[in-house]
Amino acid sequence: MLGFVVKRLGAMVVMLVGLSITVFLLFSVLPADPARLTCGKSCTPDVVQANRVRLGLDKPLTEQYTTYVKGIFAGRTYNEGQGVAEIDCPAPCLGYSFSQQKPVTELITEAVPVTMWLALGSFVLWMAIGVTGGVIASLNRGRWLDVALQSTALVLYSLPTFFVGLIMLIVVIVQFGLLPYPDYYPPTQDFPKFFDTMLLPWLTIATASAAFYVRLTRTQMVETLGEDYIRTARAKGLTERAVTVKHALRAGLTPIVTAAGLDLGLLLGGAIIVEQIFNLPGVGRLAVGSVIDSDLPVITGVTLVAATFIIIANFVVDLLYMVIDPRVRLS
Amino acid sequence: MQVAADHALEAADSAPALQGLSPGKLAWRRLRRNKTAMTSLGVAIFIILVSAFAPVVCALLGVSPDGNSDLIADAGRPVSGPTLAHPFGIEPGTGKDILALLLYGARVSLLIALTSVVLTVTIGVLLGTIAAASRGFVDRALTWLMDLTLTFPQLLLLLALSNVMIDRLTALGVPGGNFSRITYLILFFAIFGWPYIARIVRGQVISLREREFVEAATAMGASRRRIILTELVPNLWAPVIVYSSISLPGYIAAEATLSFLGVGTDASLPTWGKLLSDSINYWQTYPAYLLFPSIGLVITVLSFNLFGDAVRDALDPRAGRV
Repeated sequence: MLGFVVKRLGAMVVMLVGLSITVFLLFSVLPADPARLTCGKSCTPDVVQANRVRLGLDKPLTEQYTTYVKGIFAGRTYNEGQGVAEIDCPAPCLGYSFSQQKPVTELITEAVPVTMWLALGSFVLWMAIGVTGGVIASLNRGRWLDVALQSTALVLYSLPTFFVGLIMLIVVIVQFGLLPYPDYYPPTQDFPKFFDTMLLPWLTIATASAAFYVRLTRTQMVETLGEDYIRTARAKGLTERAVTVKHALRAGLTPIVTAAGLDLGLLLGGAIIVEQIFNLPGVGRLAVGSVIDSDLPVITGVTLVAATFIIIANFVVDLLYMVIDPRVRLS
Repeated sequence: MQVAADHALEAADSAPALQGLSPGKLAWRRLRRNKTAMTSLGVAIFIILVSAFAPVVCALLGVSPDGNSDLIADAGRPVSGPTLAHPFGIEPGTGKDILALLLYGARVSLLIALTSVVLTVTIGVLLGTIAAASRGFVDRALTWLMDLTLTFPQLLLLLALSNVMIDRLTALGVPGGNFSRITYLILFFAIFGWPYIARIVRGQVISLREREFVEAATAMGASRRRIILTELVPNLWAPVIVYSSISLPGYIAAEATLSFLGVGTDASLPTWGKLLSDSINYWQTYPAYLLFPSIGLVITVLSFNLFGDAVRDALDPRAGRV
């Protein structure tokens, strides 16, 4: 069992290294001139050249990469010994945003809690709705409740998230004024305002995702409910509730956990659309803003962090398999 | 005893020979009997046809996607709601016919989605098959590449790379403007979409490659290339159809989302995404503008999803018997 954990951990580290190299290459080789992107519209050839030297973009790629990785673990100092004000970027340094005059790490750590609240809230909602809906549908297989649940899920699943979000915003906030305009406050500071702001974003993400989980859970349940051990469980005289939850649902849980873990990881890396619509200062909006400003260090940093969340989610899912499925534990 | 056997023989002679059906034929029969599947397939084909021949259909219906200031009253308001001449209404501000916009928009959206699906599936099937058929190092490397590709936050990368990549493409000689924008979208979808189907195909091939017919081909001295192309790949059509029809609506929705975020095509080319994000502004003053494109999108996406579901059910020998 320990061997399994160590092996997965090793795979995770290899993946992180591969990822950082790819992201780094993507953003240093593809743009015609990364230095040109450091100053946006105010660029003059002199500024571009100065930034190129300041950021070490004139050095070979391998050296740039090692400096970057070293910065993550040990921090780095920009403009060192160049006669300009030195900029300190403490570890973990993911680069420095010259357009926002802040270390990238700081920008990301400011944005992560917002995204985290968004992700966790909608996760709880969509799992509760999705799994319950799927179980109910499978227990009423072929009856009208099943058909109704499935068709609702399919329609909701067919709509793009931005569309659902905008409709909610327009109907609930603009038309009927049921909630105030979104204005983010941390929950510790002003919980009612936080809740009012987050309610629609949570619902938006939950709507689209729950639809998928209703379908997934139903498929899994229909499959496991047909197994012989379910008949055995019923024959033993177990209550229908125990049969459904402990036997059928538990056995069909693996793909649901896989999908849930990956979706959550993906969401933690920034819910671009929903944050954009509801004006939430999270990772997704930071990313969009940096794309508009061509703020390359921030784009690179956010991509790296977002991908790391997905890799960690993968790892957690692997560990959860051991809890759910004894076969993984034993092998 | 003897009599009974004779009787049985006789019965077998007189009855028409029982026809054996291949699993493929059985699945096809199940699919044909499924009303939802056939309806959704019909709708999907209808949508593909009317959008492919959008100019002809528009001419027949007498609607035009061009702006018409005669249809616009003061403050950009259309002169009328939906009428017989303009069944889905008129676009506020420009006077373009919404039905025509919807048809022309479907063309672009479906072109992007269909090409992306074809590319994704081709790359996915090839690399998935190669991974499974070659085992060892190549398999491990390709599997790792699939996992790595799947860890990228795709929407973020798509946004981040859009300007640089479109510049690169035009520098490579791809015609600028919408053409390079569409090319970028399709290439991006293909590069980041193939691992999903590749994983499925790899799993399928791993179970196929141990089967007798592959062994027989190997024994007859068939080359690896021949085994992959003529023995393995033809057995993959089932997962490919299911995956294609389920991923196609995903790409339509993705294109819509990107238009909303401002990365899609520019204003001169209507797409469903652009229609939806523009029409939101008029939801109160001119609801038809929002209503018809959304219904169009839902019907399209729904028909492909339903068809994909039905194919999967038809291919599953256990479905309907549990």
